[in-house]
Amino acid sequence: MKTTFRAALREAHREALLKDPRVLLMGEDVGRYGGAYAVSKGLLEEFGPERVRDTPLSESGFVGAGIGAALGGLRPIVEVMTVNFSLLCADQILNNAATLLHMSGGQLNVPVVIRMATGAGRQLAAQHSRSLENWYAHVPGLRVVEPATVEDARGMLWTALQDPDPVLIFENALLYNLEGELAPDAGPVDLDTARVRRPGKDVTLITYGGCLPRALEAAGQLATRGVEAEVIDLRTLRPLDEKTFLQSVRKTKRVVVIDEGWRSGSLAAEVITRIVEGAFYELDAPPARVCSEEVPIPYAREQEQAALPQPAKIVAAVEALVSPHG
Amino acid sequence: MAEFRMPSLGADMESGTLVEWKVKPGDRVKRGDLIATVETVKGAIDVEVFQAGVIEKLLVEPGAVVPVNGLMALLRGEGEPEPVSPPPAPAAPAAAEPVRHLRASPAAKRMASELGIDLGQVHGSGPNGAITLGDVQAAAVGAPPAVPPPAPRPRPVDAAAAMRGAIAAAMSRSKREIPHYYLATDVDFGRAQSWLEQQNVKRPVTDRLLPVALLLRATVVALAEVPELNGTFTDGAFHQSQTVNLGVAINLRGGGLIAPAILEAQRLTVSELMARLMDLVARTRSSALRSSELGSGTLTVSNLGDQGVGLVFPVIQPPQVAMVGFGRITHRPWVLDGHVEPRPVVTASLAGDHRVSDGHRGGRFLAAIEKLLLEPEKL
Amino acid sequence: MTSQELDQSVRAALSDVAPEADLSTLKASVAFRDQLDLDSMDFLRFVVALNQRLGVEVPESDYARLTTLDACVTYLADHGAHP
Repeated sequence: MKTTFRAALREAHREALLKDPRVLLMGEDVGRYGGAYAVSKGLLEEFGPERVRDTPLSESGFVGAGIGAALGGLRPIVEVMTVNFSLLCADQILNNAATLLHMSGGQLNVPVVIRMATGAGRQLAAQHSRSLENWYAHVPGLRVVEPATVEDARGMLWTALQDPDPVLIFENALLYNLEGELAPDAGPVDLDTARVRRPGKDVTLITYGGCLPRALEAAGQLATRGVEAEVIDLRTLRPLDEKTFLQSVRKTKRVVVIDEGWRSGSLAAEVITRIVEGAFYELDAPPARVCSEEVPIPYAREQEQAALPQPAKIVAAVEALVSPHG
Repeated sequence: MAEFRMPSLGADMESGTLVEWKVKPGDRVKRGDLIATVETVKGAIDVEVFQAGVIEKLLVEPGAVVPVNGLMALLRGEGEPEPVSPPPAPAAPAAAEPVRHLRASPAAKRMASELGIDLGQVHGSGPNGAITLGDVQAAAVGAPPAVPPPAPRPRPVDAAAAMRGAIAAAMSRSKREIPHYYLATDVDFGRAQSWLEQQNVKRPVTDRLLPVALLLRATVVALAEVPELNGTFTDGAFHQSQTVNLGVAINLRGGGLIAPAILEAQRLTVSELMARLMDLVARTRSSALRSSELGSGTLTVSNLGDQGVGLVFPVIQPPQVAMVGFGRITHRPWVLDGHVEPRPVVTASLAGDHRVSDGHRGGRFLAAIEKLLLEPEKL
Repeated sequence: MTSQELDQSVRAALSDVAPEADLSTLKASVAFRDQLDLDSMDFLRFVVALNQRLGVEVPESDYARLTTLDACVTYLADHGAHP
């Protein structure tokens, strides 16, 4: 069945609200407006204002309320419009959600799911175009995931709700219109493993979220030039599934990490460090990265596109590694 | 002082391993003498010198992997005076050599140490000239380890795989760069067959002719009529060759293919072509080719007829600009003087490089071959 | 020469032409060309090798009688092969 990333997310919410009476959705404009990205359209009508709650424009307030509801036994899904605004509730997420299990000596679980859009590419300028997944992936006590396929959009939410500890789901806003094939019986998926999205033998491309389609596009172009790239979708940014990507790099001997975050202190940096730690003697070329340029994301379309990882940049990075006669 | 450098034995060659020197310093050599044996993915090749003189100095040791065009020896030309006195030795000879930082990937370093290969002798093809795993593997093919490994181990890299890689590189380049056009025509081989039978009755078994000898001869003669199929395309331009170095695709038992050339084939009679072909096939299969026979072809012929193939679609060997194929000689219905009769027929095909020639000229070439085969006694 | 000796000579001639072939598995009544991947030039070299080893001059018209090991032994015995 053909569907979109957005529709798959909505179906995941419906399923959760239907299956578990403890589940509720809260956030800015999730009810009457149907969600800033129309993910929750129709859910207020179907499930009522008790379970689909519009909140005031106060991230710290409603994320804190969600954490409190989780502590009280509910299974809240809190939608923060975008990661840019999550800075206002970072205190709640880092100081409360991520720490309470530890600080209570194991007495308090915080089974909250916090969703937020991320990424650039829609001409929303510097303050609305960030990719800060790496900030949250830095923090013990959180699980951080990012779907990049309709299957994961459909399946990650339910599994996240089963986790007794906080889970952050990042949704790259460029993917909401992504179309894909979804099995009629598609259901929950794991939040532990990376996936090989395209097999190859010459170089490993590691990416996640909104960069997956671009990495796949680059792999297609590389194939026409005789380079077989293996594309890995990390899916879970914390904890990282090292095993899958190390296995791939041991096979291909070369790696390029594609990350919409800025290069300095990026998730790409973490992934490459793990590769150097775990597969140094297998490498046949220096690991490489394609990240966003280190500027506040520009508004002007050409400049914005130039600042982001693109298939052409990925192809160029790979070609610099794969010697012409290799 | 003249320099002797590693020759390029085909567009796909990157380096060769010196197996042995056949000369020593002080030996007098003339043009065409075999002075070294070099191991390549095409097997061991005897390398000729192209200048007369006296071997002054051998610069690399057997076992060394030398990149194409790498300096191997110095020759003193005829009449060139012997150095009166040896040049003063530098105080610290090592300091005279620029210290070369060895850039190699971790994987390449590990494999080199496992195989006992000296990375200083390995040519780097990776980013910024770094030595990659592939370079070490290439060096390992046929290169005796610098330090004998503690126990015998199986050859790390399959020689057949290396050759397959070389063929893949050359053929991919061909299909990527050369706009091929294809033509084919059926040729009545009846008269040629009869002529061969008459000849072979008279000949002792060691001098007998195979049909391929006539096909090669007809190809060479037809080239005189359409010379733009004979030559190479390099640096963006066609260079027509005055001589015909006729490449012959020879399959190896157990897989692989080499296309060495019969040099100056335009000078050879049918019998001489046959003898040279027999010799070339035997030496190709026993790995005893000479450097001048590789990479020097100006047109190549593929004769797959023995495999029962009717029509061959050849892939041009870069930098050549055409390739000729001959299929199986079979009896087919043929119209002769208004009557259908069974005749032995062979399909001749041509792959041409459209950057250099057009189908019209290619067609004339095949027509010339057909005409020549109808009058075998004139060949 | 005995059949046994002729058999050995034919195998030796085949070995000259196809040194890598495993002749221990060669079936005596099945055509060489189906077993050893011989082309017409290999076959010619085989005939030359027989000539050099056994002094037998095989006319082209008799090539069809040398297709199998058994056939070769018979043919060579009839044509006065000598070492």
